[in-house]
Amino acid sequence: MGNNGSAPDLSTRLMRMVIVGHVDHGKSTLVGRLLSDTGSLPEGKLQFVKDICDQQGKTFEFAFLLDALQEEQEQGITIDTSQIFFHTTKRKYVIIDAPGHKEFLKNMVTGAADAEAALLLIDAKEGVQEQSRRHGYILKLLGLTQVAVVINKMDLVGYDEKVYSKIKTEYSNFLASLGVEAREFIPVSAKLGTNIAELKDEMPWYKGPTVLNILDQFEKKPRPDHLPFRFPVQDVYKFDERRIIAGRVESGKLQVGDRVIFSPSNKKAIVKTIESWSVPEQPNAATSSESIGFTLDEQIFVERGDVCTLMDELPIVSTTFDANVFWMGKRKLEKGRKFTIKLNTQEVECEVHEFKKAIDASTLETLKNQDYIAKNDVAELTLKTRSPVAFDLFGSIATTGRFVLVDEYDVCGGGIITTYNPTTKEDKLRDEVRTRDFNWIKSDIKPEERAYRNGHSAALILITGEPGSGKGPLARTLERSLFQNNFQSYLLDRRNVNLGVSADIGSSEEESARRLGEVAKLFLDAGHVVISTSNAFHREDQEDLKLLANPYQVVEIQVSSKPAGEPDILISPDEAQNVKEASTKIQNYLKEKKILMGHNYSI
Amino acid sequence: MDHLDELENQSIYILREAYKNFKNLAMLWSIGKDSTIMLWLARKAFFGHCPIPLVHIDTTYKIPAMIEYRDFYAKEWGLNLVVGKNQKALDEGMNHEKGRIVCCEALKTQGLQCIMEQEGYTGLILGIRRDEEGTRAKERYFSPRDKNFEWNFKDQPPELWDQYKTKFSDDTHIRIHPILHWTELNVWEYILRENIPIIDLYFATPEGKRYRSLGCAPCTGTIDSNAKNVEEIVEELKNATTAERSGRAQDQENTYAMQKLRARGYM
Repeated sequence: MGNNGSAPDLSTRLMRMVIVGHVDHGKSTLVGRLLSDTGSLPEGKLQFVKDICDQQGKTFEFAFLLDALQEEQEQGITIDTSQIFFHTTKRKYVIIDAPGHKEFLKNMVTGAADAEAALLLIDAKEGVQEQSRRHGYILKLLGLTQVAVVINKMDLVGYDEKVYSKIKTEYSNFLASLGVEAREFIPVSAKLGTNIAELKDEMPWYKGPTVLNILDQFEKKPRPDHLPFRFPVQDVYKFDERRIIAGRVESGKLQVGDRVIFSPSNKKAIVKTIESWSVPEQPNAATSSESIGFTLDEQIFVERGDVCTLMDELPIVSTTFDANVFWMGKRKLEKGRKFTIKLNTQEVECEVHEFKKAIDASTLETLKNQDYIAKNDVAELTLKTRSPVAFDLFGSIATTGRFVLVDEYDVCGGGIITTYNPTTKEDKLRDEVRTRDFNWIKSDIKPEERAYRNGHSAALILITGEPGSGKGPLARTLERSLFQNNFQSYLLDRRNVNLGVSADIGSSEEESARRLGEVAKLFLDAGHVVISTSNAFHREDQEDLKLLANPYQVVEIQVSSKPAGEPDILISPDEAQNVKEASTKIQNYLKEKKILMGHNYSI
Repeated sequence: MDHLDELENQSIYILREAYKNFKNLAMLWSIGKDSTIMLWLARKAFFGHCPIPLVHIDTTYKIPAMIEYRDFYAKEWGLNLVVGKNQKALDEGMNHEKGRIVCCEALKTQGLQCIMEQEGYTGLILGIRRDEEGTRAKERYFSPRDKNFEWNFKDQPPELWDQYKTKFSDDTHIRIHPILHWTELNVWEYILRENIPIIDLYFATPEGKRYRSLGCAPCTGTIDSNAKNVEEIVEELKNATTAERSGRAQDQENTYAMQKLRARGYM
């Protein structure tokens, strides 16, 4: 295995392809044959393997060429993907050899996710099998639709056209149900070299291309330069005087001077420089697939996970979306359990909100009334993330429309985002907040300058809990104590807002919460630590308040004997009786979170 | 964007993922061409800096020119260089005559384990490539090792869409392979393009000998070659049909030598 030398043309990029299909349908044999028939084997390799076969009293098989590991030879199955290089007269290829055994689906996925074209192998004698369908489905989910089907072992069925046609009809119907059309169905014998590099006489009824012809017809995946600019932030570096936002351009193009927005935080700035090391001159622009870094004209807070885009081409931001998911985990993907979603550089806790359809990927049958999927199955479902994520639909921008799911320590599933319906109140409010933030007229005094003078950054302290738990006295003590430390604290009572700002709306809870949020936002913009208690608030209202306070920090203190949700600090009603201690606890937390920084800290 | 650009951008992405996701990372620098281009890629990824310490495992049998080169560039590039040694094994007189695999395990694998424990590293960045030999072809970019440094190549995490395994239980450590997808030829083409200073052991002597792969003096042989500079090496490799590690004696020890060494923690 390896680089077999003799590169035709260095300027042409490699074509990455994968060979998939059911176990024992002849993948390794086909790979061995391709290497051999294109003259891509290192000198002496073929003879070396033939000699070993003689020594061991085995008949030589092309598949042995690939047996890099001892275990592989013992079990006779390819246990993992590996890459094998070969070349035709047209270009260079790398085959990602993916295993067909059901147990090794994750290896098949690893190989196929990286490929630009696929050959799907079906044994003429065995016909369409479980993994033939499963792999077909997964290729579709991976967005790999440049597929040709190779019907192998035609020698074992007497090169019978009827066998070929039956498989072709059955499998093309299957692919059609997925919305995939195979480029070609090629009848071959990989073992005997029929129709691999050249059309042989055994099947005069077949007039189509050979396997090599088809490979050369596959197109290189175009780079997504024409799509909207997407840049998920990987990291922020400060190794020297530069503050560099690092990441990879997933699609589109960025230029120095572009006005950019970071989602979901809605921060905006202008690109000052694109940084690069060891180049003759600093670049002015960057396009897709480039791992780059840039600096901004102002010091806004940006972190890993933010998705940077241009102003007029925003991604979707939400906590819920529909997706198609395949599952490779030992434990089930089920409702009620928490997983981690990794979507570009975003990493958030999530759960399945609803199973729309659980599917057995080997038959495409719907698994009825099932609120889970097991290993090797797929599902159409709605996911809900704990905090908002920025994404696109897979159909519009593939790289920012796909994700993996992590169960405990392991990547166990992958998925593509199919649809998004902003139907919930939360989604609508978020859109409203976005419009508000984008059009907000910023003060010349920056939040950092206010924070420097105040000794703290702006934050909303939300004290929640059941009535009579002692929230009011605690809020007052906290306000007083912060004030005595020269901090800008203000207790914003909902009743005061209702008496004035919301006097016109009567008893509309929802609108009253929204107005309270907007008033809080003004105080936050002025740099204050805003304290608010909420008696009758529903959890939903609290979520709205958090959303409206964006981009400022919200800290929830819950005073309760029956905790609900996920507060930052939990205080029991007994603890709350000692207001001084409880207030100190809150302040310590605020110090720990660097909200209270003390005066004269340096920026 | 040409093929080398693609490789470079992918490697930079992986290095940045490694740096962001793991504390106590170290990068192995063997002084060979692969880990030297990896170091170059790190300086690209981090805009002229290398915020990750570089570990060199000194078996004391290395070719002396390698140590000179190492110390010169460590200073020149302002690197945080950490040298590891299995002093106990050396004191007990370990050398290749006790068996090449035994010696590699003691001086390299255990030497590495010693320094990792001593410095508390939980992740190691290595410049291995899939095309080097069969077992490396099976590697992932982010590859977990258990507490005994063992590699379970039968049960590896899936890797798709550049989402790597970044969560681990406390007793695993991670190996990261940013140039796994490069070939030997790519490495030399990149050295040529970037003008990376490379140790001159790779260049042919007037007698027509050069090293194609570097290791310990007793176990590393030269090949016949007249390639005196990087351009000539690129040309030579385009027409090469022998394996890169053919000069490395431990690989030839027996059929599954590399697999055994690597399953037990060899690089």
